Amino acid sequence: MARDAVDAVVRAPDLAADLEGRRGGGGRRTRVFLGSGGARLGAAVLLAVAVSAATPRVLAPADPNDQRLLARFTPPLARAAADGPRALLGTDQLGRDILSRVVHGARTSVLIGLSAVLLAGCLGTSLGLVAGMRGGLADQLAMRLADMQFAFPFILLAITVIGVWGPSIRNTVLVVGLGNWVAYARIVRAETLAVREKTFVDAARALGVPLRAIVWRHVLPNVGASLIVVATFGVAGAILTEAGLSFLGLGVPLDVPSWGGMLAEGRQYVDTRYWLALFPGAALFVTVMAINLLGDALRDALDPFVQTRQGRTSVDQL
Amino acid sequence: MGYLSRRALWGLAVLLAISLVVFLVVHLSGDPTALYMGPEGTQEDYAVLRAALGFDRPLPEQYWHFLERAVRGDFGRSLRHQQPTLPLVLARFPATVELAVLALTLAVLLAVPLGVLSAIRRHSLLDTGAMVLALAGQCMPTFWLGILLILVFAVQLRWVPVVGAEGTRALVLPAVTLGVWAMARTARITRSSMLEVLNQDFLRTARAKGIGEWGVVARHALRNGAIPIVTALGLELGNLLGGAVITEAVFAYPGVGRLAVEAVVNKDVPLIQAVVFTVATALLLLNAGIDLLYTTLDPRVRLAYRHGA
Repeated sequence: MARDAVDAVVRAPDLAADLEGRRGGGGRRTRVFLGSGGARLGAAVLLAVAVSAATPRVLAPADPNDQRLLARFTPPLARAAADGPRALLGTDQLGRDILSRVVHGARTSVLIGLSAVLLAGCLGTSLGLVAGMRGGLADQLAMRLADMQFAFPFILLAITVIGVWGPSIRNTVLVVGLGNWVAYARIVRAETLAVREKTFVDAARALGVPLRAIVWRHVLPNVGASLIVVATFGVAGAILTEAGLSFLGLGVPLDVPSWGGMLAEGRQYVDTRYWLALFPGAALFVTVMAINLLGDALRDALDPFVQTRQGRTSVDQL
Repeated sequence: MGYLSRRALWGLAVLLAISLVVFLVVHLSGDPTALYMGPEGTQEDYAVLRAALGFDRPLPEQYWHFLERAVRGDFGRSLRHQQPTLPLVLARFPATVELAVLALTLAVLLAVPLGVLSAIRRHSLLDTGAMVLALAGQCMPTFWLGILLILVFAVQLRWVPVVGAEGTRALVLPAVTLGVWAMARTARITRSSMLEVLNQDFLRTARAKGIGEWGVVARHALRNGAIPIVTALGLELGNLLGGAVITEAVFAYPGVGRLAVEAVVNKDVPLIQAVVFTVATALLLLNAGIDLLYTTLDPRVRLAYRHGA
């Protein structure tokens, strides 16, 4: 222990360099991030989606489940009733206002996307940390489990589980979350293995800091940047998966407005009433695109790999 | 232990894990008998059916029995079709394979040249355009793209019928829909893989020898850049399958994916189990095949296996 402490002091310049690597370049990161047009566009779109998700009742002109059969299939911009307001995006086969349903659908997508990523991220990060810090059998087990998950036909198992348990928001979050932890575990493990060998971790250990505190104070902040990048892309993936499941009728229940569910209904009338499927799909596409733009910009700003190795990034290799 | 036998053992372990998940999912839902009988059954009906299906036995015994039959390819009779399940699944397989192969072919034929060109003419208009398209392709929800294609090519232009096209014409829109995601991803990976290779010393040497730039790209760069591309395409197979479930639903295409969704919606448990198993086995075999492909692409991989074995 004493020798470790001496070693740590002798290697103090290293420590300073480590800290420099960690903290330095903060200004550069902000500049890279804000300098990207994609990031600004993505952030603006996501702000709109977030506001829709947070306060759908304020933005939506009508109740998303309010059926007015006399006003069914009102085309976009036409009046649903002779004296009523114009339905900006039209109405569906039950006379429900499509704009209101798209706005409320944002809430479903954001809620499930964030919850699923939170679940996947917590599970993956914990397993990755244990695998990276403990090594040995725990590492072997976690990584074999990850390999195994990759070999699973995910979508088939997902529809099986939801088919048996019944469609609900909770079940969708569980299935999407449990199906996507591998990326987090892999990246946290890899970064933990790298951070574990750094001088400042040696120094902390030499000073007698307990393992738990080392993980919280030194390891997690260092894997944070990569985690944020993976989680950002993860939200886009989770939203797409939820929409896909809802499209198959195996995601959220029918009475919850969701973009995937709206698309499934719109598919039936695609030959005559294009607007039923066009708008929810566009909302989904634009949201996912915005998240990806933001993710690309975050990765460019946070990931030092990109600076040195032209475009080839750790996230691409997952 | 040799590489092949290790690989086979691993595949067996994965199948065993999948069997356990599929088996447990059915039991975690409460009384699995309810999946086989409608809500109108009486207490006595349930008791009789439970005993007939063996659901009154201890779980480990049921699992063992399930495995025993699965090994022989017997997943029971489909509740809906009243036929053995395995032939039902196998009958739908060629249609999905055809769709996936066509989608992957489209992806390779379009994305690899595009990625290579983007890398060579980096930061050109072509590069920027291709990468914007690739990003859009990756964000495009499969089912929305399918609906848009139907809207444009079937409803507006009337080139193909909305549903029920036959022969090759029936394949075009689904294959494009399914292939776009793979195409976008392959283009991005080809570009970054080529960029990495193009800067290496052996290419400078090749150029110095006087080989033309196209010769350098085709004979040296692409061969060396191919490994990440093949890896990505291999991973793409799993995604293609997931995409196929949704694409087949959009186009009412009679493949395995649609069979799976129908089975789930009808709560046809034996059919679900047969589909998941068959597809998982097919994926494992395919991935093993891809691993073997590496050894022809990169002799170093083969050497590593010999030493490691």
